[in-house]
Amino acid sequence: MSKNTLYDKVWDSHTVARLDSGQDQIFIGLHLIHEVTTPQAFGMLKEIGSGVAFPGRTMGTVDHIIPTLSQIRPYEDELAEKMMAALEQNVNEFGVRFLHLDSGKQGIVHVIGPELGLSQPGMTIACGDSHTSTHGAMGSLGFGIGTTEVGHVLATQTLALNRLKVKRIEVTGSLGPGVTPKDVTLRVIHDLGIKGGLGFAYEYGGEVFDAMSMEGRMTVCNMSIEGGARIGYVNPDQTTFDYLEGREFSPEGEAWERGVAYWNEIASGDDAEYDDVYEIAGESIEPMVTWGINPGHSIGISQPLPEIGSFAGEDRKTVEHGYDFMDLRPGESILGTKVDVAFLGSCTNSRISDLREGARLIKGNKVHPGVRMLVVPGSQQVKQQAEEEGLHEIFTEAGAEWREAGCSMCLGMNPDQLVGAERSISTSNRNFIGRQGSPRGRTHLGSPAVVVSSAIAGCIADPREMGEQA
Amino acid sequence: MSTKRIEKIVGKAIPMPRDDIDTDRITPARFLKSITFEGIEKALFCDERENTPDHPVDNPAHKGANMMFVGKNFGSGSSREHAPQALKRFGVDVLVGISFAEIFAGNCFAIGVPLGVASAEDVNELIRQAQEEPETRFTVDIGNSTVSYGDRVVPIDIQETRKAAFLAGTWDMLANLRGNLPQVEEVAASLPYVTNFESEAQ
Ligand code: SF4
Repeated sequence: MSKNTLYDKVWDSHTVARLDSGQDQIFIGLHLIHEVTTPQAFGMLKEIGSGVAFPGRTMGTVDHIIPTLSQIRPYEDELAEKMMAALEQNVNEFGVRFLHLDSGKQGIVHVIGPELGLSQPGMTIACGDSHTSTHGAMGSLGFGIGTTEVGHVLATQTLALNRLKVKRIEVTGSLGPGVTPKDVTLRVIHDLGIKGGLGFAYEYGGEVFDAMSMEGRMTVCNMSIEGGARIGYVNPDQTTFDYLEGREFSPEGEAWERGVAYWNEIASGDDAEYDDVYEIAGESIEPMVTWGINPGHSIGISQPLPEIGSFAGEDRKTVEHGYDFMDLRPGESILGTKVDVAFLGSCTNSRISDLREGARLIKGNKVHPGVRMLVVPGSQQVKQQAEEEGLHEIFTEAGAEWREAGCSMCLGMNPDQLVGAERSISTSNRNFIGRQGSPRGRTHLGSPAVVVSSAIAGCIADPREMGEQA
Repeated sequence: MSTKRIEKIVGKAIPMPRDDIDTDRITPARFLKSITFEGIEKALFCDERENTPDHPVDNPAHKGANMMFVGKNFGSGSSREHAPQALKRFGVDVLVGISFAEIFAGNCFAIGVPLGVASAEDVNELIRQAQEEPETRFTVDIGNSTVSYGDRVVPIDIQETRKAAFLAGTWDMLANLRGNLPQVEEVAASLPYVTNFESEAQ
């Protein structure tokens, strides 16, 4: 059993009771809600006549269903309008804080939590969305929950949870040119598998993480769940504090000092013990891209597609299905695979640093005529910042579409969808069949650099081979 | 909300042999826009069913089945509870498979759908039995952790704590959690961030 890790400390300080089920009742420090997974939960509260136990520890926004082209109400999509109206009514009725579309602060929950300083080290953070692991970048324990559990948090600010084991993922050395946090996370999932993290929280550490920006850490923690780990976190350090200082909900003055002291205390101790440790040399990581139908189906972009025989017997059926669905063949190179759509966005890669990186690479180039490129900022604040820096003009001059904040093409719940058997290169986090809205649509995941280099080339391209070193 | 004991489920089974069936395939994302779960069963595997004329869910031989036998890593992907809800509302009261994704398993537990895990060999045998003799009536016995048909008894694993809750009828966790609200207040008061570090914690 792990000892003295951040996970253990936060777990222990948030334990309310041991339940008959053998689970622990855990206090939830921050509950983020959005339109998709909450209406049924509010319905449940009404059924049992309960209010929201700690409305001040709940924050709502909209992200999944909002159109990114025009956000004028009522939405064309009646169901989207209905969901939106239901959330507005519920937050009013139950007295929950809500970031409206006209607040200037709306965005994807996993972008706005850190951005507003709501997500802080040492917290437990829950949201009815599996990518809540993102908030682990702040040194907190963030995890996704289902609608019934959303109801539990609303009614009691607690959850019944099983304690996880802790696996330390140590990335040593440094990353090569053109290699980004997205490649680190895809590599971890590649190595440990999409089930490697089941039952574990991942603690990311080592020189690569010490040197990584907060936004990069968010990208990595975001995809922990794609490797099966419900939680992924990085210990808070000076980078974390520098990021947090001065944000809207961050403590100030003396309270800030007390906060920093507390956050230093809850980081894993030097004597921390882990249930397992996995090490990767940073130098061995290449830009990664997925070729199949789950995020573990990935390769270093210059590698030949893997032979079916190289997979464990039990995985081969899925691998064959993946090749068949994606219309690719083992042994071939993925470079040069024609793409129809390039998507730069989602809670994995839609922060200002992602957009800056994308703009830097696309500047002076044109999106290939055969490619439709969407650039979708993760929040209204990111959008505003990007526009102040003129990034939107760089994108539109290159022929990309510049959109309003939202989940957009990450999933087929809003008008941004693949059509027919279109093939996309996408900075999002899931390449499951049907994910981007078309049952036959094909998704390749990669970093912002890979998406931009591919958008320009019209086919999957290595960002290291662009004019300048990425 | 009424809670009930779940001890035994008897009926026919739908065989779903493929591995890694994720929640996007169980209930495609575009069907998630509803604000109630009513009717969500219509979304169950709908993309696959459209493209697969003899999909097990539509096969008349499996009509009226109340359990499903599945492969490895069933329910991976998005945490949407629509997937277990669609299964339950379609009439699936229990699933037996080689392995299940964690969040999916938690969501199933929360709505009172037990999951049994068995070896690949045993699951494949169950799947074959359901395919070849779809009229077979299987019995899932939660207390004894078995699936049986004819004289055949297959052992399954049901997570101990969940099993106890099904048998005792305490799987509706909300009632349990609400019972401890005074202690919740105490823990909240001990966490300095709850006041945004404005005051010393207790
Ligand atoms: S961007 Fe994608 S993964 Fe992230 S919250 Fe939105 S839909 Fe979920």
